[in-house]
Amino acid sequence: MIELRAVERVFEVGEQLVHALHGVDLDIGRGEYVSLMGSSGSGKSTLLNVLGLLDRPTAGVYRLDGQDVTVLDDREQAAVRRRRIGFVFQSFHLVPRLTTAQNIGLPLVLAEVRRSERQRRVDEQLRAFGLAERAHHLPDQLSGGQRQRCAIARATITRPELLLADEPTGNLDRATGEDVIAVLEGLHAQGITLLIVTHDPGLGSRAHRQLKMADGRLVADTRRDRAAGAAAGKGAR
Amino acid sequence: MRFGDGFVFCAQSLLKQRMRSLLIVLSMAIGTAGVVLLTWLGDSARRYIVGQFQSLGTNLVIVLPGRNETRGGVPFLLGETPRDLTIADAQALLRSPAIARIAPLVVGGVPIGHGGRERDTTVLGSTRTLMPVRHLVLGSGDFLPDDAQSGESVCVLGATVCEELFGPASPLGEFVRVGNRRFRVCGVLAKGGTSIGTDLDEIVVLPLEASMALFDSPGLFRILVEARSREAIPAAVAECERILRERHRGELDCTVITQDAVVSTFDSILGALTAAVAGIASIALVVAGILIMNVMVVAVTQRKAEVGLLKALGAERATIRRTFLGEALMMSFGGCALGLLLGELGSRAVAHSFPALRGGVPGWAAVAAVLVAGGSGLLFGVMPAARAARLDPVLALARR
Repeated sequence: MIELRAVERVFEVGEQLVHALHGVDLDIGRGEYVSLMGSSGSGKSTLLNVLGLLDRPTAGVYRLDGQDVTVLDDREQAAVRRRRIGFVFQSFHLVPRLTTAQNIGLPLVLAEVRRSERQRRVDEQLRAFGLAERAHHLPDQLSGGQRQRCAIARATITRPELLLADEPTGNLDRATGEDVIAVLEGLHAQGITLLIVTHDPGLGSRAHRQLKMADGRLVADTRRDRAAGAAAGKGAR
Repeated sequence: MRFGDGFVFCAQSLLKQRMRSLLIVLSMAIGTAGVVLLTWLGDSARRYIVGQFQSLGTNLVIVLPGRNETRGGVPFLLGETPRDLTIADAQALLRSPAIARIAPLVVGGVPIGHGGRERDTTVLGSTRTLMPVRHLVLGSGDFLPDDAQSGESVCVLGATVCEELFGPASPLGEFVRVGNRRFRVCGVLAKGGTSIGTDLDEIVVLPLEASMALFDSPGLFRILVEARSREAIPAAVAECERILRERHRGELDCTVITQDAVVSTFDSILGALTAAVAGIASIALVVAGILIMNVMVVAVTQRKAEVGLLKALGAERATIRRTFLGEALMMSFGGCALGLLLGELGSRAVAHSFPALRGGVPGWAAVAAVLVAGGSGLLFGVMPAARAARLDPVLALARR
């Protein structure tokens, strides 16, 4: 599904050139559960942004389902993000003036889905993520876990094939983080391709495939069978 | 984003910053109300003054004695005073086919009395034709008789003069003293006539010859000439000049002006004044526009994360641009609507205290205000909106 070939991302910091990504080759198949780990500055966030089409690689090719998406213009990239990619952020990024229901419905508003259809799908998401009671609350009236569930509901309302999560539990306590991970793994179980960026080795080891980055390069790519992954995850916690 | 959704989205964001949005709307409203009110005021003044001139008469040409020369140098005949305009001159003008009627006119201030009461008034000396030429309206009785030059001692009183001398009693047939002579009252003018500086309620109209004798004046103050039609006005002017030149030994020593020229001069002066005032007032609109820009720039900075999020959720640059532009436009149009309302109410309030002015903002001023408000919203909203659209989503979403 995802094909990266010799992807480079170079930033200019003053006089110096910083290679945030250095010749990255990566293939991720449909329905995989991948974690991406590495110390800060290793390039994992840059890789996530490139995968999510928020950032353009300086060189190299990124094919999504066989389509080279690096050559698309702003409108076409926006359309790909809208239809095929969901984002979950560490700091939730809910719009503070919109209610839970409105936040969840935002991608459908951008996709110009009709109001009645939107209403139906938002209700579905609210029920699926246990937020029905909170539909008309503002984000600052929600707990951290509820906020992240709201963000995940928003990310998945367009039924994307790829869900990118950047430190989804970074701002949550352990129990709530656990709960959020369970939600994400539930989505994976339904077939979504899940990529989680994390610092937390315990969380990282639950994924079926673990990537490790250092200095802009992929330095490790290990796969486990599902049972072992689950066991490792439980063991670490 | 669909239009309706965009509208709701913008409105929600403005409502979130209720106080800030309100102040911006208010500044826009004040600017709009200022432009609308001042434009209305200038326009009403113009209409009022033009109306006053037009009420003087229709297709009017005015002949006055003397001529202002702007040629410079030494006058051709040193020391010669211009010839008077005479009754015969006036009568001669009637030979022209372009001229329908004439009314010679003398003016002076004389005391007028009846019984024990006396007061000073402005006296107009003229003929019966003054009534149609000057559009005078009678309250009671009759105007000067046809053959007024015979010097018959009758007079027509202005409404206020009549009231002060006779009270509620009818003055018709009574005698009044004007200067040192007695005149029988044959009519009273209707109340409420005014025209540029002369309150027609405060005058007395006497036959031409009687008043010339009274003032001991050999010449006329004016000759009012009514051309046959609007198209005949230039011909009437030329004829007046030709006839008078002939009668004054080839020298044109009087001035012929047309009412149209006076009206259109005032019209253009006051029009220019209105435009200038509106221009000055529209500075307030520009200031309001800059305030909008300032608020939008701040909003873009404050809502960086939101912009990043919208991009991540699949918003195109154009969508972001439209959203921020929409907010700017909503504020400017909201302010404009409020300003129009204030302007309308203000103009009615002013018109209430000055009945000579007609309340109600002219349509073109309202349309112009809406266009200017929309334009400034657009002009000053484009930059912040473009800035929002250009934001790099990665930086915008960066954790702080």
